[in-house]
Amino acid sequence: MHVEQLQQLVAEARDRIEAATDLKALDDVRVQYLGKKGSITAQLKELGKLPAEERPAAGQKVNEAKTEIGGLIEARKQALADSALAEQLASEQVDVTLPGRRLPEGSLHPITHTLERIEAFFAGLGFRVAEGPEVEDDFHNFEALNIPEHHPARAMHDTFYFDAHRVLRTHTSPVQIRTMEQQKPPLRVIAPGRVYRCDSDLTHSPMFHQVEGLCVDEDITFADLRGVLSAFLQSFFDRDDLATRFRPSYFPFTEPSAEVDIQCVHCGGDGCRVCSHTGWLEVMGCGMVHPNVLGHVGIDPEQYTGFAFGLGVERMAMLRHGVNDLRLFFDNDIRFIRQFGRTG
Amino acid sequence: MRISIQWLRDWLQIDETPEELGHRLTMAGLELDAIEAAAPAFSGVRVGRVAKVEPHPDADRLRVCQVEAGEADPLTIVCGAPNVHEGMVAPVAVVGAVLPDNFKIKKSKLRGVASAGMLCSARELGLAEDAEGLLALPADLKIGADLRAALGLDDYILEVDLTPNRADCLGMRGIARECSALLDRPLNENVAEPTGAELDAGVAIQVEDAEACPLYAARVVDGLDARAPTPLWMTERLRRAGVRPLSAIVDVTNYVMLELGQPLHAFDAGRLGGAIEVRWARSGEALTLLGGDQKVELAEQDLVVASATAPVALAGIMGGADSAVDDDTTRVVLECAHFAPLALAGRARAHGLHTDASHRFERGVDPTLVEQAMERTTRLLLEICGGQCGPVERVGELPSSHFEQPIQLRRPRIERLLGTTFADDEVERILGALGCQVASTAEGWQVRAPRARFDMEREEDLIEELARVHGYDRLPQRLPSPVAPAERPPALRGLRDQLASQGFHEVISFSFIDAEASRAFYPTVEPLALANPISSDLAVMRPGLWPGLVATAAYNQARQQPDLRLFEHGLRFVPDASGLRQESRLAGLLGGRAQPEHWETASRRIDFFDAKGVVEALCASVEAPLGFRSEKHPALHDGQSARILAGDRPIGWVGRLHPALCKRFDVEPVYLFDLDARVILHAPVAQFAPLSPYPSIRRDLALVVKETVPAGDVLSAIEELGLELVQDVRLFDVYQGKGLNPDEKSLALGLILRAFDRTLGEQDVANVTDKVVEHLHARFQATLRQ
Repeated sequence: MHVEQLQQLVAEARDRIEAATDLKALDDVRVQYLGKKGSITAQLKELGKLPAEERPAAGQKVNEAKTEIGGLIEARKQALADSALAEQLASEQVDVTLPGRRLPEGSLHPITHTLERIEAFFAGLGFRVAEGPEVEDDFHNFEALNIPEHHPARAMHDTFYFDAHRVLRTHTSPVQIRTMEQQKPPLRVIAPGRVYRCDSDLTHSPMFHQVEGLCVDEDITFADLRGVLSAFLQSFFDRDDLATRFRPSYFPFTEPSAEVDIQCVHCGGDGCRVCSHTGWLEVMGCGMVHPNVLGHVGIDPEQYTGFAFGLGVERMAMLRHGVNDLRLFFDNDIRFIRQFGRTG
Repeated sequence: MRISIQWLRDWLQIDETPEELGHRLTMAGLELDAIEAAAPAFSGVRVGRVAKVEPHPDADRLRVCQVEAGEADPLTIVCGAPNVHEGMVAPVAVVGAVLPDNFKIKKSKLRGVASAGMLCSARELGLAEDAEGLLALPADLKIGADLRAALGLDDYILEVDLTPNRADCLGMRGIARECSALLDRPLNENVAEPTGAELDAGVAIQVEDAEACPLYAARVVDGLDARAPTPLWMTERLRRAGVRPLSAIVDVTNYVMLELGQPLHAFDAGRLGGAIEVRWARSGEALTLLGGDQKVELAEQDLVVASATAPVALAGIMGGADSAVDDDTTRVVLECAHFAPLALAGRARAHGLHTDASHRFERGVDPTLVEQAMERTTRLLLEICGGQCGPVERVGELPSSHFEQPIQLRRPRIERLLGTTFADDEVERILGALGCQVASTAEGWQVRAPRARFDMEREEDLIEELARVHGYDRLPQRLPSPVAPAERPPALRGLRDQLASQGFHEVISFSFIDAEASRAFYPTVEPLALANPISSDLAVMRPGLWPGLVATAAYNQARQQPDLRLFEHGLRFVPDASGLRQESRLAGLLGGRAQPEHWETASRRIDFFDAKGVVEALCASVEAPLGFRSEKHPALHDGQSARILAGDRPIGWVGRLHPALCKRFDVEPVYLFDLDARVILHAPVAQFAPLSPYPSIRRDLALVVKETVPAGDVLSAIEELGLELVQDVRLFDVYQGKGLNPDEKSLALGLILRAFDRTLGEQDVANVTDKVVEHLHARFQATLRQ
């Protein structure tokens, strides 16, 4: 065969390859030239008929033609695949601005967030969480806390009662007693939970939450109480320079007793509606555990001293999150709860 | 307690501004509530004397007065007050004066007569809520003097909240003592001298219970003029203390109570008879109290003061109407007594009363005041109303108490409690200033507390006083020695997070609910009822958390929030034979759409299996196998209600709210679950099990069983076989309809088989499936679907 013919064959194949628009047509072209009965294959078979000295040169030519056609087919195949993929991708395009498919996030109650925050701080100082019953007996809620019957402090508690001996706990302080009945010092516990007072108006809810804290050891002083609570309040409100002040007060179960004020977080201490123009907000009650209380649970007040504190969780939550109405916490409107999300 | 700073100056010098003094008191535990000016701002008001009063030519009710106001000529002032008369001394606002509310006094004409100012009532000066005429001033005031100065109106009142232990500060003198200690300034005691008896008129006193009334003193004062006006200085002080002046006799007893802290009472002697008995009330007795028109039924726990025939006062709380003094009273029996706090505790409240007297006696009044207050009252009464007094009759003596025992104050104990030391002379100064008798001992001090301080009983009380007067903020602070952080059980937080990530919102509902709601949800439980509920819908302790969740759902559905997933963690209260169980529960509610509305996915209503799926996820860490048993619950739909079991142990319920309750509580269909929180909170430590290196094989079976056979029973029957190779069984389809009898259903099961020692062959698979089919046929007549 002449070289010209071979070139003719290749040129013809190139045209047909170019013209193939799908893989099937391309394969037909391959069969036509490179298949068992294809034109190039036929040329290879013809080589045997040539004189021996011509064969190598002619064979090389045919093989070149075969390689060229094979290459053209592969290239065309890739091009077809590329454009098919491009077409597929184009057809599969989505509107990425359409809403995703998911369950909306739920949320935890702001009281839970606040309790978590309080518990986390005190856990870091070694305070373990303790719990107690909400329907309490008179002894744990009052007697053991140095509030005998007819003590004026009882009237201040607006107690819900069931019968002569059972009440709804008016504070989380009975957990102090229950803890000390079961364990001996050194003790570091906090007791978060629901408490109840027979009072309901704009600023009082018949049910609310407190966290009680207790620390008893051989060398606990009023200085530790002040140190721990100041650090706690600064941490809780994320303010290292938050001013706190301790005012003498009265609780039957502590001596000395104090109320803790923080510089108003709303106005920074200048005076505003939130702090009744005093610049201070009362947030906690605390004191050194009264020797009578230690005596009630068989802890020697000569050997051990301790401090105790109690704080209102709703108040802390209101200050931290800017909630202006106590009743929102118990309306359970999910439009309210949702605002606090999973992290508060 | 309202503290007039001017009044305080009777006992000590006060240089501080009201703000400074208020702050000092606050920081000593007497919390300042408010500072009030004794009088609102006004100027140009003088002490005037009405020299002449003439009728107005053109108006019947107006008078034309000539008023001396410190100027050369009297002022002509037109006045409409009914009580204006010649010689009267009254406030006069001259031209240019500015009265409260910025009311400016100008020259004016009233019905044609020029008026050069205004004669004023107490109300016009902001000194009283209302007034019947001009404010009558004492005749001895200097005419023309500025009224503010003459009446000491540039005074401030500190309103202070007292804690119940500080009854000693319920009298001005007690406050003065406190201020003297806080300001380190001497106190002038001003004790009234006894008044000798001029009359031979006695009172026979009998006291039934000396413990309830350790000391009772009484004295007759005769020849009084009950109509005598109370002097202005006294009414001013009463006013500033927040007590309304009434009549001289009553004003004097109130004044002494405010001054010293000792309540007193004056009986009209004519209505009392000659004898007084202090005794417990007898059942059936009743008493009409002062200012009341209804008789109060007395109980045997009420301590009363009685005449020979009937009770005349609730002792230490309030006098009776029948024996009250009035304008015609000329002879009184003055009572000054010490009632024990315990004898009066709760009694005023029991009668719906709270009086100045009961407030003080319940907290404890210094018993040594009985004598002083009696003398002080007598002197003031005689001064103002005239008359003569009889001797003081006294029964009982100063009650004994802890005050007899001195308190040992040990020096090291101060440091032990406060974390700092106090200089000896500072200890002695502070305690001395508070009225203690202090003697030093080897260890520290021996201290006798003043009788007014019922709260100074032991060493710690004294240490508190030191800290308090010194100032808490001047004490050191430190952090206690560090210990390892406390471990916080993660389980509850984990479950809450898990629920929140599934779209649940946490709610907190009241632990007390409506008794009817309780009965509707839990008819078999007799709930624990409050004796004093705040309202009928918050009357019983909840036996479960569902009523609160359902009410919350109704609340939110009514606010266009139809898709709800709610949960609550808290106690339920179930009374039983052994007492009351207070159990920690985790409960939830689901309603509305299973997925939020979406542009591509069709939304489906939540159903039983959504609720069940949540329960299954929550119980994932429960060790015992979880089971669901069809069982009826009064609050749930009969056909969609299951008891949740951990092994054999019931741990809760899941189901659809009963349609009757949906209707009753006005809520769209919702699904509920309730779990024993203690069980699901207990997460065991995960233990490793080996993995098989060999591939698993799945074989699907379609089994036809009777419609009534619970699918769960079929699955547990396979489990019961205990086939080692069966790793998992998946129920992937339930079919009823064409090709099956109407009472049949087909369950499509996928068996996942795997061995730990080899790759399974066809023979292994056939062995297992044969056993399963055989067993299910034996148990449920199950057949392979053709």
